[in-house]
Amino acid sequence: MTSVEPTAESQAVAAAIARHGHEPGPLIVVLHAVQDALGYIPEQAVRQIADGLNLSRAEVFGVVTFYHYFRTHKPGARTVQICRAEACQARGCQSLERHAREKLGIDYHETTADGSTSLEMVFCMGNCATGPAVRIDGRLYSHVTPERFDALLAHQENAL
Amino acid sequence: MTRVYVPKDSTAVSLGADEVAAAFAQQGIEVIRTGSRGLFWLEPLVEVDTPAGRCGYGPVGAADVGGLIAAGMSDGGAHPLAIGLVEEHPYLKSQQRLTFRHIGIIDPASLTDYLAHGGYAGLRNALSMTGAAIVQAVADSGLRGRGGAAFPTGIKWKTVLDQPVTQKYVTCNADEGDSGTFADRLVMEGDPFTLIEGMTIAGVAVGATQGFIYCRVEYPESIAALRTAIAAAKSAGYLGESVCGSGKRFELDVRVAAGAYICGEETSMLQSLEGKRGEVRVRPPLPAIEGLFGKPTIVNNVMSLAAVPLILEKGPTYYRDFGMGRSRGTIALQLAGNLKRGGLVERAFGVTLREILYDYGGGSASGRPIKAVQVGGPLGAYLPESQFDTPLDYEAFAAVGALVGHGGIVAFDDTADMAALARYAFEFCAYESCGKCTPCRIGSTRGAHVIDNLLAGHEPERQKVLLGELCETLIHGSLCGLGGMTPFPVQSAMKHFPDEFEPRSQH
Repeated sequence: MTSVEPTAESQAVAAAIARHGHEPGPLIVVLHAVQDALGYIPEQAVRQIADGLNLSRAEVFGVVTFYHYFRTHKPGARTVQICRAEACQARGCQSLERHAREKLGIDYHETTADGSTSLEMVFCMGNCATGPAVRIDGRLYSHVTPERFDALLAHQENAL
Repeated sequence: MTRVYVPKDSTAVSLGADEVAAAFAQQGIEVIRTGSRGLFWLEPLVEVDTPAGRCGYGPVGAADVGGLIAAGMSDGGAHPLAIGLVEEHPYLKSQQRLTFRHIGIIDPASLTDYLAHGGYAGLRNALSMTGAAIVQAVADSGLRGRGGAAFPTGIKWKTVLDQPVTQKYVTCNADEGDSGTFADRLVMEGDPFTLIEGMTIAGVAVGATQGFIYCRVEYPESIAALRTAIAAAKSAGYLGESVCGSGKRFELDVRVAAGAYICGEETSMLQSLEGKRGEVRVRPPLPAIEGLFGKPTIVNNVMSLAAVPLILEKGPTYYRDFGMGRSRGTIALQLAGNLKRGGLVERAFGVTLREILYDYGGGSASGRPIKAVQVGGPLGAYLPESQFDTPLDYEAFAAVGALVGHGGIVAFDDTADMAALARYAFEFCAYESCGKCTPCRIGSTRGAHVIDNLLAGHEPERQKVLLGELCETLIHGSLCGLGGMTPFPVQSAMKHFPDEFEPRSQH
């Protein structure tokens, strides 16, 4: 076995294990800490977490892939989440979904070629009386029509 | 004017409440951030203290702030956005707010404010009682699980109390994944101390020393509010080694979920809390006997636990006197989807769906007729107009083949495509299935295909028979409610809107 220089990534994973590894049933807590730090769960992290928590890689991989929230690929600079659930459907989210995919040129769980935007679907953000609901980089918006969607993206781009 | 109240609730913020709060602060006015009263069409709803009570203005934009100050809002001055005394508003005045009594009024980050509004009176009473007496009070209140299953809370607690084991847990299921529901979120963001107090009472009652709140990752504002409140409760001695100096220990932590709807199912949630895949466990053993890490565990919904402080404060009779039949107390109804006045309505059981949709909801937001209403989340039945007079009561809903569930009410106007909604129910089940049992894992995908074939005109009558049989297989052959209840929206849509389940012309 050859020793590998610690990278920023492996250091972040080690920090997550050191901080949460002692908690009862720690795996999901550790995965959250890694994704909070890196934006996703790199393949390399699976091995490191398995070693650190004394689990098999299969167990860690099984958990990472079970939960929709955990990502195994580096996301875009910003993440757009669109609610697809019934209450937002009752307010016409299907046309927003079509528009967003056409506008960004990607489908759900994909990232634009320039790496600027990832598109995710979510089922309910608890914002069900003022749909369609969208979250962009953690910020929640109500009544998001296709026109408003374009304005929000443009506004964000200007603010960057 | 010295002070205004502006909600920090996520719906209010999504409608611009942060900008409004900043605009008031810029004018040198003290801003208190509260939860939301749940009158969402008026958000951001700004309130101000007047000698007569709190006056409200909404929906307020940042650009309105100067005009409101000039109109003399500190004295409740007239303005086109004025709604008068907030608690006299018909939407609020006709409600029976027990669990939501503090929300929109207090600062959810302030323990002092919570105490000033009578907070922790329930825990103080509980600490003077035996565990068995606390459990009896909860049983006598008639409280049934508000997560959807409506199981008597007192019986669940008694089972945990009776286990002769030293390590027990209290877990709160805050994985509120049903579309059209936000009552848990309003409590966690708007009055987290009530939930914390309810869990502490549960721990003291059954002898559990550790609690976990399993909160959705889609609710970052709730997670933050809970953590702030837990830290405050801990440093003031309401949590920790010796709760209020009683010598009884209770610790509480928030665990963040990871976007799996199935983890709202109690055994799946326990798996997830243990750091595993959220696959459903076979029952028995019941979680109350072998739950988290194999130990006796209370699993309750946010709304059930948040009802407990009032029951211990005012006594079980006070709570039980609300409601009808075997549905005692109040239910938090969440008005969502295509309604003019969406929001939160807490009422005693027995109010009819029609009253909720029209007297509160004001009819559809689009102005078109309401065609169908889904009650109880994605696994709930679609009710047509002919069933709108059904009272909100667990047994009355069961009698018409529907469920109250967590109290989410999603209204659709006459543009809704019922076959598409039925197909979506299968699609959702396929996406969220944990995969452990075959009817759910495979039946959900097959169901969507069968509806496609039906609408495409491939032997439609045969597809209808197949769909009926598939639904029965899911109902009877699934391990948990996801597979077992996905047929409810499908069958109800087919029953009440049969014309829409016919082959469609291909374009």
